[in-house]
Amino acid sequence: MTDTIRALLTSRSVWIALVVLVVLSTLPWVVSAYILGVLTIAYYFGVFAMSWDLLFGFANEVNFGPTFLIGTGAYAAGLLNAHGVPMWVCLIAGGAAALLGGVALAVPALRLTGPYFGLTTLVAVLLLQQFIVIFASSTGGEIGLTMNDILSTEAITNYWYALAFMTVCGAILFTLSRSPVGLILQASGQDRIGASALGFNVVKHKLAAFCISAVFSGLAGAMMVFYLGTASVGTVVDVSVGVQVIIAAVLGGRRTIVGAAIGSIFLILAGEALRPLGQLSTFVVSGIALLVILFFVDGLMGLLLRRREEP
Amino acid sequence: MLTVQILIDGFAISALYGLGAVGFTLMFGVSGVLNLAHGATMVVAAVTAWVVAGQYAANPWVAAVAGTVAGVLTAFATYLLVVRPIQRSSSVPAAEREIFVLTGTLLWGIMIQEAVAYFYTDNPKTVRPLIAGIMQIGGVRTPINELLIAVICWAVIGSLWLLVNRSKAGKVLLAASINPRALSILGFELSRVYLLVWTIYGVLAGIAGVLLATFLGASSAQASQLTASAFSIVVLGGLGSVYGSLLAAYVVGYLETLTAYLISPTYRTVPALVLLVLVVYVRPHGLLGRR
Repeated sequence: MTDTIRALLTSRSVWIALVVLVVLSTLPWVVSAYILGVLTIAYYFGVFAMSWDLLFGFANEVNFGPTFLIGTGAYAAGLLNAHGVPMWVCLIAGGAAALLGGVALAVPALRLTGPYFGLTTLVAVLLLQQFIVIFASSTGGEIGLTMNDILSTEAITNYWYALAFMTVCGAILFTLSRSPVGLILQASGQDRIGASALGFNVVKHKLAAFCISAVFSGLAGAMMVFYLGTASVGTVVDVSVGVQVIIAAVLGGRRTIVGAAIGSIFLILAGEALRPLGQLSTFVVSGIALLVILFFVDGLMGLLLRRREEP
Repeated sequence: MLTVQILIDGFAISALYGLGAVGFTLMFGVSGVLNLAHGATMVVAAVTAWVVAGQYAANPWVAAVAGTVAGVLTAFATYLLVVRPIQRSSSVPAAEREIFVLTGTLLWGIMIQEAVAYFYTDNPKTVRPLIAGIMQIGGVRTPINELLIAVICWAVIGSLWLLVNRSKAGKVLLAASINPRALSILGFELSRVYLLVWTIYGVLAGIAGVLLATFLGASSAQASQLTASAFSIVVLGGLGSVYGSLLAAYVVGYLETLTAYLISPTYRTVPALVLLVLVVYVRPHGLLGRR
């Protein structure tokens, strides 16, 4: 445990994350409420991307359906809230529902490898989307589900909630990734046979990673719908949302956790800054992400960490 | 009456699905690439055909050829600008090459889709049927074009079969799918083999896109849906297995048509997706896949 703590203190990622956090926490006094709103969304996205990175970067499992976990959490919380359940119970229920969904998906899916695992997760998203549309009478269908409660009406309060939430989730996920468990995950992702020959239970660790990823995704999804005041397919379930999560994580630098959050903030802000381009903004953002993948394989964090290898 | 209608519609849709999926599976079998810009390639072909037919008032057949050429050019661009640089990059670890190709082609597909939407909007584009007219089959009014689509699809699939099984180039392709290293030791240039397979892929996806535009209409907003349906058909049939893909195309095509006619068009894609999940759980290598 002390080794883990020492490793954290000497890790460059931690210092980068701290600098970024200090800058972000001064923003409420600097920028307008509109930009704070954009950043609030970006922070929830950051949690989505960090959870995805734990699964992909460390366990080496490509989850094409992050929005299955996010959407399950978001809609579980939303449906309960629509029946008058208090908000904090809904948030916990959202995390729990995503955990259940994650286990239901992971137990059979982890028997599969490579593209098959990815496809199963993708199909899970499509099915979830279909069911939400089919049971439109209770889920609101394509239009969405309106919440009874929202986190706050103040942009600044929402901003602090989101920033604190991202920081806590990021700290937990990062510590986990640098702990012995994270190392075992990384080993089983990179060389499954080697890791199991060393006596580690690969499936158990991957399942654990999937569960953790699911809980954080579901919780973040639930938080986000309570921020937005509405849960809709287009914001928490659609495949394109999942694609954005994946782009953010790869753009920020996979296998870094911190990078995933930075990538999300960059992606959302870039999308906002390019808004004057109108329809072409998605084109430009995808183009930038493609260039990063082609030329800076390790993403934005890779550029920052380049000079010295991580201890 | 309804039975005949389902049989005819299902047959045409399945043939189209099959054509779209065959190129996708061939590509995976030979070069191990899953091209997530597949739907975008089809859309480019469809929109090119629409532009040539509409703005230059060309003969539908000329437009169809132009669309197919556009499909081939898009496939080349995908290979040369995205896939090959990733495959040759020394900083991408070999174990992660697959996910990088997936992410890269996905982004590329989005770029194509957005560019098409920017220049030609994302309204569905319908190209005039290659042969106009209607005929009665068992009391069902059927557009001749629908039958023509099935015929063209099967003709193209048939000539692909001839090419792969009866020509030297086809033997090289088969060899590349079995053991690329041995093939290059025997003195064959692998990059040429890959160019060939991308050409074939472009022709198949291009024709599928044009036919789709004459049948149901194609819009840039559909690109990811087209990719997803090709992907699921290919996985259902077994990655890399051409026969499996054709079988799966018919299973999915008829399942969707049956659901749409007998239950409700809302549920159209659900049974196929559930079947896909079940098959992937029970038989991860698909119906006819090898592993």
